[in-house]
Amino acid sequence: MEQSAKLPIPNTLSTPLKSLLVRWETFLLAVFAAVFIAFSVTSPYFLNVWNLSDATFNFTERALIALPMAMLIICREIDLSVASIIALASVAMGYVAQTGADVPLIVLTGITVGLLCGLFNGFVVTTFGIPSIVVTIGTMSLFRGITQGLMGNQVLRDYPFEFAFFGQGYVYWVFSFQFVLFLSCALLFYILLHRTNFGRRTYAIGNNPTAAEFSGIKVRRHKMILFAMVGVMAGVASVLLTSRLGSTRPAIAFGWELSIVTMVVLGGVNILGGSGTIPGVVIAAFLMGVVTFGLGLMNIPGIVMNIIIGLMLITVISIPVIMRRIQQHRSRHL
Amino acid sequence: MESTSPLFALRNVTKVFPGVRALDDVRLELYPGQVTALVGENGAGKSTLVKTMTGIYQPESGEIWYDGQQVTIRNPEDARQMGITAIHQETVLFDDMTVAENIFAGSYLTRGRFGNLDWKAMNRRAQEILHDIEAPLSPTAMLSGLSIGQKHMVAIARALSVDARVVILDEPTAALSHHEIHELYELVRRLKARGTAIMFITHKFDEIFAIADRYTVFRDGAFVGDGRIEDVTEPELVEMMVARSLNETYPKVEAPLGEEVFRAEGFSHPTEFADISFAVRKGEILGFYGLVGAGRTEIMRALIGLSEQARGEIYIEGQRVSVRSPADAVQAGLVYVPEERQQQGVMLDMPIYQNISLPQLHRTSRAGFLSTRNELAVARQYGERLNVKTSSWSELVNNLSGGNQQKVVIAKWLATHPRVIIMDEPTKGIDIGSKAAVHAFMSELVQQGLAVIMVSSELPEIMGMADRMIVMNEGRQVREFTRDEATAEAIVSAATGVRA
Repeated sequence: MEQSAKLPIPNTLSTPLKSLLVRWETFLLAVFAAVFIAFSVTSPYFLNVWNLSDATFNFTERALIALPMAMLIICREIDLSVASIIALASVAMGYVAQTGADVPLIVLTGITVGLLCGLFNGFVVTTFGIPSIVVTIGTMSLFRGITQGLMGNQVLRDYPFEFAFFGQGYVYWVFSFQFVLFLSCALLFYILLHRTNFGRRTYAIGNNPTAAEFSGIKVRRHKMILFAMVGVMAGVASVLLTSRLGSTRPAIAFGWELSIVTMVVLGGVNILGGSGTIPGVVIAAFLMGVVTFGLGLMNIPGIVMNIIIGLMLITVISIPVIMRRIQQHRSRHL
Repeated sequence: MESTSPLFALRNVTKVFPGVRALDDVRLELYPGQVTALVGENGAGKSTLVKTMTGIYQPESGEIWYDGQQVTIRNPEDARQMGITAIHQETVLFDDMTVAENIFAGSYLTRGRFGNLDWKAMNRRAQEILHDIEAPLSPTAMLSGLSIGQKHMVAIARALSVDARVVILDEPTAALSHHEIHELYELVRRLKARGTAIMFITHKFDEIFAIADRYTVFRDGAFVGDGRIEDVTEPELVEMMVARSLNETYPKVEAPLGEEVFRAEGFSHPTEFADISFAVRKGEILGFYGLVGAGRTEIMRALIGLSEQARGEIYIEGQRVSVRSPADAVQAGLVYVPEERQQQGVMLDMPIYQNISLPQLHRTSRAGFLSTRNELAVARQYGERLNVKTSSWSELVNNLSGGNQQKVVIAKWLATHPRVIIMDEPTKGIDIGSKAAVHAFMSELVQQGLAVIMVSSELPEIMGMADRMIVMNEGRQVREFTRDEATAEAIVSAATGVRA
């Protein structure tokens, strides 16, 4: 910490190579590469662009929500109601479609319902100061309950033909609309979190909400915006999913909230807030997608797949923690 | 020489961290029934020493002697069983448990062959211990309802429940009120009478002379000297600490007073304070003195829009401004350097430059997009002005010493070009060198035409730095003094409610 008075203090001291190696994203990428190679070797069907393209459908809808969710978790909040928002938005779209509405109106309905749900979550959390984990467990039941109450055991499937494009269409060659949309959103969220004032404030709040407030950041409004963004992306995901399935059932997207949170955590976002990156979350999404796809090719049943994904999460998360422990043990600093 | 031999001693102990010799061949002797004050600036190795004594760190070399035998303290449990306890501000206590539960946490009394917890016995024993140290607390009271001073008593009772023979008090008075400090002194005297060896770590010299029998001075991880407190004077101690003779007078510079920049009128809060009105002029340092709990911090928080229940009017340069959030306050040129640096002031896990640029991102950025280059430029400009000691501006604030963290907070606010800067206990818990730097800087600020409102519980600081001081007592402004008419006696009697 001592430096001579004459030399100016440098802006940064990082040694690029070393800091790159210890980054979580690098580690995840290595795991991804290892898994990718392993599947290429074990299954002859794996390295086929169309199969790989199909595989992206497994995760892009969830990954879309994981992007704003990462920011929300960095900001020390969480939204567990996202899967129920998808369901509610899907039902709304189903009924609007029944009236013979055209595609733009259906899409707008889905996204608007998502936005309203997100705003509702944000309002309750920021106005009454109730922990978001509690509020959104509540709204998870609430939104799903409304869906079930409205629909009963009905299936809504009166979607116009063109609506199928969002979930089934391709923009160019093997690149589906979903996949291109996800990559674009990933870029947008990357810029938002890592390149704008808004992103910096997100980190600041997650790091120390009190000091952030003292620093003149409008913490409540900020959180409100993040909840709204999660809601909107849940609405978008609902459009994609409903379009892909071509129908709405009450149990649509059931249980997705946990796989979304898993993606975020696997992506290196601290569940307690304050740190994490969009590239990490994107790599984690790809990793989960490729594992699910590869195991599917090997005819591994869904239950076993859950077990493997669970173990993967625990292992991948704990390796760096254990390594850090060993390192710290060797060099405890003041 | 001493009539008794030391109960606890370190000989030639060295603890090395990568790049730093945190403890370099140090020695320390603690005698039964005596208080040894450990003094040194931040970074002198005090906390490393405490951690070595309590088994958290293992020294690379050297000997630890306890009760006439050479020992190894392998872990905190070892230390606890040997009767070595440290009590510091962050002492782990459990807010949602009772006093007795806290006292016995981890070493519960049990009965029967299934090891059922024996609450009756624990409450009774807790009562005995509390009675012993004359702490007026009920064993079944919840900890969350106690003051910080009372929590210290619980921590001490906990130390006694395991028969501590060596008690380390690490800045125990930092957050205590005047009255509580006296109760703590009483407690220390009773511990002494029981033959406990006490190590007292503090930044406050009056405490050293009030309570200690012996002193030990560390500097930069090395032992500098020790001896009996009667044989040393305050300037001598300071000189040993900083190795340069330090003028204890404050770097006060009388700046020419300009027109009024800030005025607060009729500030009231349903429970904390009432009828607070004052004004500050350009180039003026206005001090707020009072005991802990007098409502000073609450007023400051209300001024920057952090108290929903408070009512009052703020005028900046004669213009009425509405301040309903810290964001409004910053906008109006009113900034607050908070008392709780780590909780309210800095983002510990963010780089220095991001901390400094945070309140004025709108200025360093372009159309909402970050400009690291501009941020670094601002950080460099203000960080250098405050002489923040760091190896790089991208260093995490967490890796800085307390004094340098405080400089980062001040730099952050200064960078917003404020007109009025409120400093709440600006030198609390920081080393003497940083303290002097902060004081010198305050003088520099007022010379440049800023107005400073300084809240302090340290009388010398208030009297040394303020041009004018307002004394608070139980939520009311009771007296106002100019620099010339202020005397220590008058200020203290006003603050304690004694009618002069």
